[in-house]
Amino acid sequence: MAETHSLQDLRQAAVASKVFVQRDYSSGTICKFQTKFPAELESRIDKQQFEETVQTLNNLYAEAEKLGGRSYLEGCLACLTAYTIFLCMETHYEKVLKKIAKYIQEQNEKIYAPLGLLLTDPIERGLRVVEIIIFEDRSIGSR
Amino acid sequence: MTGNMHLGVEEPIRECQYNQICTHNSSSMDTPHTKKKIKRKWQVFPGRNKFYCNGRIMMAKQTGVFYLTMVLILVTSGLFFAFDCPFLASNLTPAIPAIGGVLFVFVMGMLLRASFSDPGVLPRATPEEAADIERQIDATNGPSGPGYRPPPRTREVLINGQTVKLKYCFTCKIFRPPRASHCSLCDNCVERFDHHCPWVGNCVGRRNYRFFYLFILSLSFLTIFIFSFVITHVILRSNRTGFLSALKDSPASVLEVVVCFFSIWSIVGLSGFHTYLMSSNQTTNEDIKGSWSSKRGKGNYNPYSYGNFITNCCAALCGPLPPSLIDRRGFVQPDTPQPVAQTNGTGACPSNQVQSHMAATNPLLHSQPVILGGGAALQAKTSLGGPCSTLGPSQPSLPSSIPGLSCGGELMALRDSEIHCHHHHQHFISPEETPSPPAALPCATHLGHHVHPAQLFDPASQDSLHEDSVRGLVKLSSV
Repeated sequence: MAETHSLQDLRQAAVASKVFVQRDYSSGTICKFQTKFPAELESRIDKQQFEETVQTLNNLYAEAEKLGGRSYLEGCLACLTAYTIFLCMETHYEKVLKKIAKYIQEQNEKIYAPLGLLLTDPIERGLRVVEIIIFEDRSIGSR
Repeated sequence: MTGNMHLGVEEPIRECQYNQICTHNSSSMDTPHTKKKIKRKWQVFPGRNKFYCNGRIMMAKQTGVFYLTMVLILVTSGLFFAFDCPFLASNLTPAIPAIGGVLFVFVMGMLLRASFSDPGVLPRATPEEAADIERQIDATNGPSGPGYRPPPRTREVLINGQTVKLKYCFTCKIFRPPRASHCSLCDNCVERFDHHCPWVGNCVGRRNYRFFYLFILSLSFLTIFIFSFVITHVILRSNRTGFLSALKDSPASVLEVVVCFFSIWSIVGLSGFHTYLMSSNQTTNEDIKGSWSSKRGKGNYNPYSYGNFITNCCAALCGPLPPSLIDRRGFVQPDTPQPVAQTNGTGACPSNQVQSHMAATNPLLHSQPVILGGGAALQAKTSLGGPCSTLGPSQPSLPSSIPGLSCGGELMALRDSEIHCHHHHQHFISPEETPSPPAALPCATHLGHHVHPAQLFDPASQDSLHEDSVRGLVKLSSV
């Protein structure tokens, strides 16, 4: 296997290509990404691992958009305070987005960076895609 | 260095200062002497929106009608509180001005919230994403033979048993999510696009639908409230002093009654319509197109509905509020390529777009290579900058003009030939449909709205407008 890289090294390494995991709209308009394993990653990462990452992300987004007692309560409270309450506190969605950012950071550090990959937080791409940057592996040469 | 002797004046020895040129992509925020100014993302936003308060407030380009809305509400309510409330408070109960005050504050709050927030704009694709999608489309379409027209770029997806077509947006270079639509007035794809409302000065989409709904609902109550109590006031006065002298004593009441009378028909009708839409979880766009109507087919139903009207209403009003996807106030990273700033058919428009008395002009040219192709015009995102200024219109627009009708070469097919320009509320819905031949614009002649001549009937832009062309429909509010 190629030598491992740290997250810092990756920033200097040349970008070979980017893979985009598109949204899965089969459940409606909720934020969900396709768990189909992209062909370009076959040589880089374990399929199971990748699917697990995407599935966890999907679960987190589902939690953010979940309709339930908590979100209704938040909505009603916000309406009663003429939405000024959001000047003091974060919405539930924003809290989950922070959780997602942390999760992605953690996944990058632990799993993807050592393999020469980098996940981009979907919120930076307007929740359209999960962008995976594939870095060129200098030690082995062109792949 | 020797000084030059000019007319006996010695020039002092000048010290030369050198600014360090950044040769690598470090964040230029830490070098204080950099020549490049760091821009916020709203300044390089490719859509046709206006931003105020350093990106905190986001509105459509034409805001004239919004000011009319504000003026109508403020003046009518102001007259009510000034002229009718003293009489009513002393003769009936002080609860009347109190309730009126609460209603008024709520109406204004919801209006401002609906007008100023991001309706759910989808940011445009980055160049790499766009290229990736193009590759996928070419791969699925296969090689085209001679004389073979490439099929329209659509994807089909099965949602809850219904087949939904996802269309490709040529401007934003994305496949639009279901229920999203491209607003030609704002030149953005908006999630769960309902309609573009000139009265609110913004699109109504996923993030501000509830504010819009609460605005029209509370405005209905307010107009009914004012109307009924002004009538009460006049009646009570007439009982004392006679009808004509009652009118003479409070002339403002006449104006209020007139405004409220016309408003009630449109606003209450609109509220009823939107209540129906909300309870069936449809957008105005879908309703107009009849996407989920049973007339289309036996098995046609709305896949997004939760089944019962209570859940639908709760979801729309009290569901989680998604954050803005466009990050208006973030800083532009100098090393990230910005999305393509192409807009439909605006090749000849830059001179019209740039507001002459705006401070920030043309921010894109010296920050990063954004312009692709010669024809692509940059929408100079202008704002009043600086402190949160009053919302002075940056472009002269007649208050009586209805901006949606003539912007951007959109082909307006007016649904009802008798267009009531005097109707208080008109929807401008922008469904993405194939262009129809240019329809007559009976209303346009009544309105002194400035039409960008280059945007109409530009054959080059017609192709690019193929998927995104807008047929604005004027829908009478009392449906």
